[in-house]
Amino acid sequence: MADAGRSPLLEIVEGNRSQLLESWVAHQLGSGSGQMRESEIREQSSRFLEEFRSALRSGAGGDAEGPSWQRVKEVLAEVSRTRTAEGFTPSQTAMFVFSIKEPLFRMLRAAVPDGAQLAEEIWKTTVLLDRLGLYTTELYQKTREEVIRRQQLELLELSTPVVELWDGILALPIIGTLDSERTQTVMENLLQRIVDAGAEIAIIDITGVPTVDTLVAQHLIKTISAARLMGADCIISGIRPQIAQTIVHLGLQLDVVSKATMADAFALALKRTGQRIGRSGPAQA
Amino acid sequence: MEQIPILRIGRCLLVTIQVDMHDRLAMALQDDLTEKIVATRARGVLIDISALEVVDSFIGRTLNNIAAMARVLDAQTVVVGMRPAVAITLVELGLSLSGVKTALDVDKGMALISRLIDGSVASADARREG
Repeated sequence: MADAGRSPLLEIVEGNRSQLLESWVAHQLGSGSGQMRESEIREQSSRFLEEFRSALRSGAGGDAEGPSWQRVKEVLAEVSRTRTAEGFTPSQTAMFVFSIKEPLFRMLRAAVPDGAQLAEEIWKTTVLLDRLGLYTTELYQKTREEVIRRQQLELLELSTPVVELWDGILALPIIGTLDSERTQTVMENLLQRIVDAGAEIAIIDITGVPTVDTLVAQHLIKTISAARLMGADCIISGIRPQIAQTIVHLGLQLDVVSKATMADAFALALKRTGQRIGRSGPAQA
Repeated sequence: MEQIPILRIGRCLLVTIQVDMHDRLAMALQDDLTEKIVATRARGVLIDISALEVVDSFIGRTLNNIAAMARVLDAQTVVVGMRPAVAITLVELGLSLSGVKTALDVDKGMALISRLIDGSVASADARREG
């Protein structure tokens, strides 16, 4: 029987480490981790076992939340990251930890003859490994959420360019639906550019906005009011026939100069700022 | 007590708000400005708020009121140099200051005021003649 300081689990991980590693790697290779190279699996498994052993030895026992498990979790984080990058599903990632159970339990059975004690050991081990397995799933989710958040940010950045068309004339082509969050970004970008460029007129082009409902109109009005407060006038352009009909049917009051095309709006903006563009004489043959 | 200076430039009064506006200061400005418009027979008021970082609903309303009072005294009010953050806050508060004219900076505001004054003189002349 093992003494108090050294649990059978630690005995196995210390004493039969290479044997455990071998059967674990064989198990993983057999259970559909075929997308990964054996050397990689072996390397990850060996590192996990190493940290697992030192965590067990530091006497943290079954509490997987303790600080001595930090290193183990770091290894798991690494495993989760590489597997996520290679397109593994969360369950495939979690199987990395769960697949150690079978070889480990088989060895425990051989090491602990007493039935009641064996059950106790297996229970403790399984709780510990479940914790670690769930941790990889959590990490997987976190990595995914991070990716989604970054993409959202990039989308926001990409979708709200402010272009300087001419001296004192800005254009803001809006593409996609205008929700509250985007309105905020659009507004901030536009106002900042108005200050930077000293622009008197901003053309808001809504050719790329699929529908204009009361909410979108509300957001447009907000943007226009904010620009007006700063001392810049707005012109709305790119109103498609369908949208013109919707606006009238909904009874929306935009209270702003609107033009059908960006070209018309630009011509108006030039006129208001007292500028002219014309042909430079007869074209050369 | 601190006071906001009101400078006269030609037919205009120039108010540059350099300190944080609190409610009493805003009320004092409203009093001083109306007095000054009458005393100098000014036709335009230019309020530069480019140094203001915070404008709450009270200050916003006071600006609106000042513009309305100036209009009664036949002077045009232009607010210039509002910061983007302030503009967004005011819009979110539902204050679009629809009675106030705005411009990007003092220079553009001056030009706008001269246009407005000349325009109103012209239209008054036209009315008299017509």
